[in-house]
Amino acid sequence: MFWRKKSKEDGSPQVQEVELPKRNLTKSIKSIFSRIKFDLEDLGSLEDVLIQADFGVDAAEEIVQELTSIAKKQGLSTEADLKNALKDLLIAKISRTDSALNLDSDQSPNVILVVGVNGAGKTTTIGKLAHYLVSGGAKLTLGAADTFRAAAVEQLATWATRSNAELVGPRTEGQDPAAVAYEAVEAGISNQSDIVIIDTAGRLQNKQGLMDELGKIRRSIEKQAPINEVLLVLDATTGQNALSQAKAFTEVSNVTGIVLTKLDGSAKGGIVYAIQQQLDIPVKLIGVGEGIDDFGFFEPSEFVLGLLGESE
Amino acid sequence: MFGNLSDRLVETFKNLRSKGKLTASDIDATLREIRRALLEADVALEVVKNFIAAVRERALGDEVSKALNPAQQVVQIVQEELVTILGGSQRQLQFAKNPPTVIMLAGLQGSGKTTLAGKLAKWLKDQNQTPLLVACDLQRPNAVNQLQVIGERVGVPVFAPEEGNGKGNPVAVAKDAIKFAKQKQYSVVLIDTAGRLGIDEEMMQQAKDIRKATEPDEVLFVIDSMIGQDAVNVAKAFEDGVGIDGVVLTKLDGDARGGAALSVAQVTGKPIIFASTGEGVDAFEPFYPDRMASRILDMGDILTLIEQAQKSFDEAEAKAMAEKMAKDAFTLEDFLEQMQQLRKMGSLKSMLGMMPGAGKLKSQLENFDEKEIDRTEAIILSMTPKERKDPKILNGSRRLRIAKGSGMTVTDVNGLVNRFEQAAKIMKTMAKGGNPGIPGMPQGMGAMPRPQAKKDKNKKKAKSGNPAKRAAEISGIQLPKDEGSGSAFGL
Ligand SMILES: Nc1nc2c(ncn2[C@@H]2O[C@H](COP(=O)(O)OP(=O)(O)OP(=O)(O)O)[C@@H](O)[C@H]2O)c(=O)[nH]1
Ligand SMILES: [Mg+2]
Repeated sequence: MFWRKKSKEDGSPQVQEVELPKRNLTKSIKSIFSRIKFDLEDLGSLEDVLIQADFGVDAAEEIVQELTSIAKKQGLSTEADLKNALKDLLIAKISRTDSALNLDSDQSPNVILVVGVNGAGKTTTIGKLAHYLVSGGAKLTLGAADTFRAAAVEQLATWATRSNAELVGPRTEGQDPAAVAYEAVEAGISNQSDIVIIDTAGRLQNKQGLMDELGKIRRSIEKQAPINEVLLVLDATTGQNALSQAKAFTEVSNVTGIVLTKLDGSAKGGIVYAIQQQLDIPVKLIGVGEGIDDFGFFEPSEFVLGLLGESE
Repeated sequence: MFGNLSDRLVETFKNLRSKGKLTASDIDATLREIRRALLEADVALEVVKNFIAAVRERALGDEVSKALNPAQQVVQIVQEELVTILGGSQRQLQFAKNPPTVIMLAGLQGSGKTTLAGKLAKWLKDQNQTPLLVACDLQRPNAVNQLQVIGERVGVPVFAPEEGNGKGNPVAVAKDAIKFAKQKQYSVVLIDTAGRLGIDEEMMQQAKDIRKATEPDEVLFVIDSMIGQDAVNVAKAFEDGVGIDGVVLTKLDGDARGGAALSVAQVTGKPIIFASTGEGVDAFEPFYPDRMASRILDMGDILTLIEQAQKSFDEAEAKAMAEKMAKDAFTLEDFLEQMQQLRKMGSLKSMLGMMPGAGKLKSQLENFDEKEIDRTEAIILSMTPKERKDPKILNGSRRLRIAKGSGMTVTDVNGLVNRFEQAAKIMKTMAKGGNPGIPGMPQGMGAMPRPQAKKDKNKKKAKSGNPAKRAAEISGIQLPKDEGSGSAFGL
């Protein structure tokens, strides 16, 4: 991940690479594959494990089928061969070319809209991402467009302080979130922010009124600046409903990337496989804790090795 | 994405139409679909496996092979077993003998504890309790703030000596809160704690310490209904790590099927006490196991399914009846049985008035005379089995004996025998014509209303104990108002 750090002396930009804190996902996604017997005649236990990792029945069946046909074609039969083939298959299927954040350092400001259901980790993700980008030299403005939940603005304000970002919140209690978003982008333009991130209230995807509000927020931002990213934050503990979330949020807000949070827990987040396959939305970021550095960019190989219980 | 179960089950059942009995492999085919549905509803795999094994055992037993519609009976068993697990140990919130009652909330990050704390406080206050909210989430930024705002909203004081955001000791706060509550005579202490991962040993130890320090009457495990397969691990971790007394399922206003409820109930054996159903302070209700079972299985569809299964059953039965007719085997016993079924429907008359969508049916029943059935029954029951099977042997002296035995006149007996013969003739003609929609009720009977296809269907439902209705009762669902659905009793 690169961000152009502004040089203080002559104002000419220079490029600096910001290293993401190293995250050993292999440790956090504790392997469940260790107990599988890889036997070409009976890959039922593989299917079970994939189901337990929240891949879903359809995806689990599909993966087992594909592995079987690969194994037959290539004449693989040993456990090691099969495991390797599975690893390659999963990495190939999960890897994408569009999983980097779509930020352009020549654009000012870049706008990121963050959406998701209640408690998924939106505000925390924004705090971490802001910190990361600020330490890369970018100027950040955060827009607190969650004007609904108690103390949501204060929560984002705490993260703004921690990450040295500007905060734009509602001027009156319960102000229209679309107006707050508009004003945040406006402020970002006038204070020459490189990036504006808009936090939104958590909403369940079956609440039409609230989903429509998201469309409104989106449109009001676009009156000022194009939106670079709409990030949908998904809790890795979520099961099959994540698919429904991804569908619904994409419909109203044109999601461009997924943030998979809480991968530091015991959940595996396998549902993102189905989301990437079915909805063609890349996973971009992951959350692995509540600390300011506890996040990373999504690395398919790391994710798969973590699942398989191997380290690189 | 949703509602595939019923389609698939109907497909499975179609193949069973021609058969009277379910074989083990028929049952397995049905159970495979149910397994899939449960997994799609996020019930944990190990729980699904145990569940399916239990259902299979019951399904292979007598109750199914003797059932009128075995396939439907399997679904019924599934529903019942779900309700049993979900509500096996259902109970109310426990209050301490000597106040204050201490309630501690625990769960993963983002599960909805703080919001729930507010709702619970409001609910308790509405019941004339004097609750005190305690801010022990000193971890998440502004969690203390959030609780204070919520407390103000619901008019419940908040004990919050620490500002949080990583500062302060939650165990000490909890301990002080109890002291404070005793002093000020609050009747319930509600402790909000930080979200924690089941695998975070340090944080789990902290939760255990809070428990030790406050000796809660209830430790409520708060879990998001959207959670997937990990629900079992998390539930085990909290049960082993902190110890839980009850479960609260949150975000049930979403569209997740909520299979986690089953996982948690099964794994912990602890009752699910409340459901949290929205962001408002009142969006909170007791947990209904039957509704949850319907939700997990997608009950709306199950109802359609049972209806469809019923239809195939009716056809099968009508066919069997037609075959009997064709072989001239229709007896007075069959006649009586059909009459009795009609009576069952008649006694439903009053009940029907209370149900939506039953208006049409009710008017059909209006001119139905139950006494006629009583009379018919009395006459037939006064016959010997031989006479019932073969009415041709009913000579004058037999008819006189029957009339005396039933308290009727010989004319009544003659009338009945005539009606029976007419009916048998009509049915035989229809049977030969191969009309699959043959009504089960003989026609041309004096006081009897002319049976109609629709009514006939209802009659059959009554005969089978109306499983659709039973299912609806079990599920606690609202009967749809759609009168045009063509189903019995507004279902
Ligand atoms: N363990 C862990 N906890 C996380 C992670 N990300 C967020 N959390 C926690 O999850 C909870 C909810 O996070 P928030 O950032 O408030 O979620 P949100 O989506 O903004 O929530 P609402 O605005 O209330 O809808 C908080 O307790 C966070 O500390 C993560 O990656 N790992
Ligand atoms: Mg938030």
